Amino acid sequence: MDYVVITFLYLAILLYLLLGGADFGAGIIELFTSRKNRRVTHETLYQAIGPIWEANHMWLIIAIVILFVGFPRVYSVMSVSLHIPLLLLLLGIIARGTAFVFRHYDAVHDRMQGIYATIFVYSSLVTPLFIGILAGSALAGYVDPAAPDFLSAYVWSWMHWFGVAVGVFTVALCGYLASVYTIGEATTEADRQRFIRKTRLLTIMAFAAGALVFVAAYYEGLPLLTWIFGNPVGIAAIGLATISLGLLWYVLGRDSRTWLPRVLAGFQVTMILLAVGYAHFPDFIRLRNGEHLSLFEQLAPAKTIAALGWALLLGSLFILPALGYLYYSFQHVSRPQSAAPEAAPVP
Amino acid sequence: MDDFLAARSQMALSLGFHIIFSCIGMVMPFFMAVAHYYWLRTQDVTYKNVTRAWSKGVAIFFATGAVSGTVLSFELGLLWPKFMEHAGPIFGMPFSLEGTAFFIEAIALGFFLYGWDRFNPWFHWFTGVVVGVSGLASGILVVAANAWMNSPAGFDYVNGQYLNIDPIAAMFNDAWLSQALHMTLAAFAATGFAVAGVHALMLRRGRNLAFHTRAFRIAAAFGAVAALLQPLSGDFSAKDVARRQPAKLAAMEAHFHTEKSASLVLGGLPNEDKQRVDYALKIPGMLSFLAHGNFEQEVTGLDRIAPENRPPVVVPHIAFQLMVGLGTLMMGIAAVYFLALWRKKQWLTSRWLLGLFVAATPAGFIAVEAGWTVTEVGRQPWIINGVMRTADAVTPMPGIAYSFYLFTAVYLSLSLVVIFLLYRQIRMVPELYDVPAGTPEPEPAHA
Ligand code: HDD
Ligand code: HEM
Ligand code: HEM
Repeated sequence: MDYVVITFLYLAILLYLLLGGADFGAGIIELFTSRKNRRVTHETLYQAIGPIWEANHMWLIIAIVILFVGFPRVYSVMSVSLHIPLLLLLLGIIARGTAFVFRHYDAVHDRMQGIYATIFVYSSLVTPLFIGILAGSALAGYVDPAAPDFLSAYVWSWMHWFGVAVGVFTVALCGYLASVYTIGEATTEADRQRFIRKTRLLTIMAFAAGALVFVAAYYEGLPLLTWIFGNPVGIAAIGLATISLGLLWYVLGRDSRTWLPRVLAGFQVTMILLAVGYAHFPDFIRLRNGEHLSLFEQLAPAKTIAALGWALLLGSLFILPALGYLYYSFQHVSRPQSAAPEAAPVP
Repeated sequence: MDDFLAARSQMALSLGFHIIFSCIGMVMPFFMAVAHYYWLRTQDVTYKNVTRAWSKGVAIFFATGAVSGTVLSFELGLLWPKFMEHAGPIFGMPFSLEGTAFFIEAIALGFFLYGWDRFNPWFHWFTGVVVGVSGLASGILVVAANAWMNSPAGFDYVNGQYLNIDPIAAMFNDAWLSQALHMTLAAFAATGFAVAGVHALMLRRGRNLAFHTRAFRIAAAFGAVAALLQPLSGDFSAKDVARRQPAKLAAMEAHFHTEKSASLVLGGLPNEDKQRVDYALKIPGMLSFLAHGNFEQEVTGLDRIAPENRPPVVVPHIAFQLMVGLGTLMMGIAAVYFLALWRKKQWLTSRWLLGLFVAATPAGFIAVEAGWTVTEVGRQPWIINGVMRTADAVTPMPGIAYSFYLFTAVYLSLSLVVIFLLYRQIRMVPELYDVPAGTPEPEPAHA
């Protein structure tokens, strides 16, 4: 059962990044869209994510529950040392989730729309930034449960260039995922071309942000290159990611299947995570004193893990088919047969 | 404000905020399912409009409930890391099952909210029911976690170690049944009265009578049934508390001195220094009866509890009185309502009956908050009853007061926005749903 639980933990984190990430990306794209096109973009995106966004964010909850039930010390060290970025992440989640829904369920369309949109767009940027900072901080090795003073215990644990760079990279990846996602939702050829151009732009931005991570790692003295290229899995993963990126660019102009680009983009992000993560498995958080919180060492007692594992297995028996059917049913919601969105025009 | 107090206040604030949204998320789907059912059965378009209007409110509440719940699952660690480090593996079972319930709920909600005219109508109806059932399941499960804090089970506590952990036994702890039953009824009573109250107000103002009458009847029926059962379940809870947490019972009843044939203290202001209650009405023997089922039996008072283990008295006592008072009031209104349905049809449209419901709009939610205050403050100084002290569980991070201020500001503004949005929804009812007989159903244009 240990492996079941650990697999679900990584799976939940991965799916949160892919699905929730595309969802954050929707807000990021809106930020980078000219005022003229913002409306279409926003509506296309809303049609695409409206029915599924709640479900996408459930992966975060699953990951947290697995952490505190199965790896309680990891959860408590993280909660103490990374309190501040977690708090900021939560503020982002609150602002984004509520602004998204308020904007669509406000019965009157007036000036408030602009306010919701602004909150939505900026919190879509801030939330993945902090997710990235947290991920970077788990790797960077500044987390120190025995730190003597406030700053090194609660601030330097996460405030470092590597964390910031990973944060920026995460933002770029989210934008990238969302842009690929929207191509399939475009209703007109012009929109489609526009979304494709956006995807190309965001690919370049993601590359730039990725380079930034390497620079920051170098600056902080972290052997990122060794982590990635020091083992065959990392090399293979990077290779596969590159190939699928090439494939994606090739496919974009020529193929109208909606799922193909999405799968390719998701695959790339998975491979990137694998490349960085593999060298550390099963360590979840690197500590300042050179030790790690390893998932295998921090496991909860066997009975708990067995119960958790069964709960997850049985749960996924219900969840996965239902989720699959949800995604299937709401492909192309923006196509003509959709029900009219409900909001009354009021001057 | 010191950090410990700030952490407790922040926890209370977050839970107190979340519980309102979760009650609505658990109960409204059932109201909608009934209205939806009538629409599918009778093709009376007003029922469809009621369902749709409610579903928009629910979407707003649901999102707010989901984000505040997400916050809570982090906050347990942010504020009480030592507690979670030990408790997580023990009381985690309900949370892991709850994960599934939430997920199903979120998926079904996607189908329900966006599935109008896209699916077979009965499939669509069914997804709405699934939202309700899984919401209810998550509520019942999460209460199991709280019940475990009141009545720890499923481990042996030896020399500060938590051994022989059995998460299943922890889930089926002694307090779960009474708390889950009482909480479920509370959610129905509170939401039923709140929704009925809003529609009653509109009826009194003579707005959209067909629409609001149907909505009112559904909500009032659910709320009234729950409100009638609530005191029974409350009595069951009280007997349970007397058995497993005598200190909490003594605190909520302001029962300072152990005595036989103990009297029930109504109202009054407990004076903790002098160990007495001022200005109270006392009914001899009644407390023994309520707590143990006979008028003679001894009821443990706070004097039997070691001073360092005594909970505060003033807050639980007042909160308990408030809950019971409101519960009695709601039960009374429910009785009148059933009398009206049964014998006095003319009362149903009377202004005074509607007025009663309008007046009782917030009653259920105030009772819910008060009830949780009794449960949580009455458990002090323990975070895990008899095992771990709250003060030992709190995060070492200084400056929690600032995070408390921040959350207060955030939750305050969210509450204001939600109220504002609901107000707008209700105000738009005439424009969206007021169809003169015979005209086709409106498909409102997009702004
Ligand atoms: C609509 C809300 C509502 C109403 C009308 C009542 N309650 Fe309640 N009560 C709750 C809502 C609630 C609650 C918020 O749901 C609590 C908090 C914890 C729990 O399980 O339920 C609660 C807790 C609670 C407890 C503590 C349980 C524990 O700590 O385990 C007792 C003894 C009672 N209630 C008793 C009553 C009685 C005798 C009532 C008589 C009218 C009553 N309640 C009405
Ligand atoms: C599963 C459900 C719950 C869990 C796990 C939980 C957990 C906690 C924890 C860890 C604390 C801090 C320690 C303490 O001061 O006692 C706390 C306090 C508190 N909780 Fe709960 N709680 C739950 C349900 C609720 C709900 C729904 C409410 C609703 C209002 C609530 C109200 C409070 C209050 C008022 C306090 C502060 C107690 C004080 O001032 O001393 N709790 N709870
Ligand atoms: C007794 C107290 C509680 C009850 C009855 C309750 C019930 C519910 C319900 C019915 C929902 C569904 C969403 C909604 O309707 O808005 C919900 C959402 C949620 N709750 Fe609570 N809850 C309680 C306390 C807690 C606590 C202590 C936690 C954290 C550990 C928590 C975590 C969550 C999460 C993460 C969600 C979001 C799920 C989603 O997106 O659907 N809840 N809660």
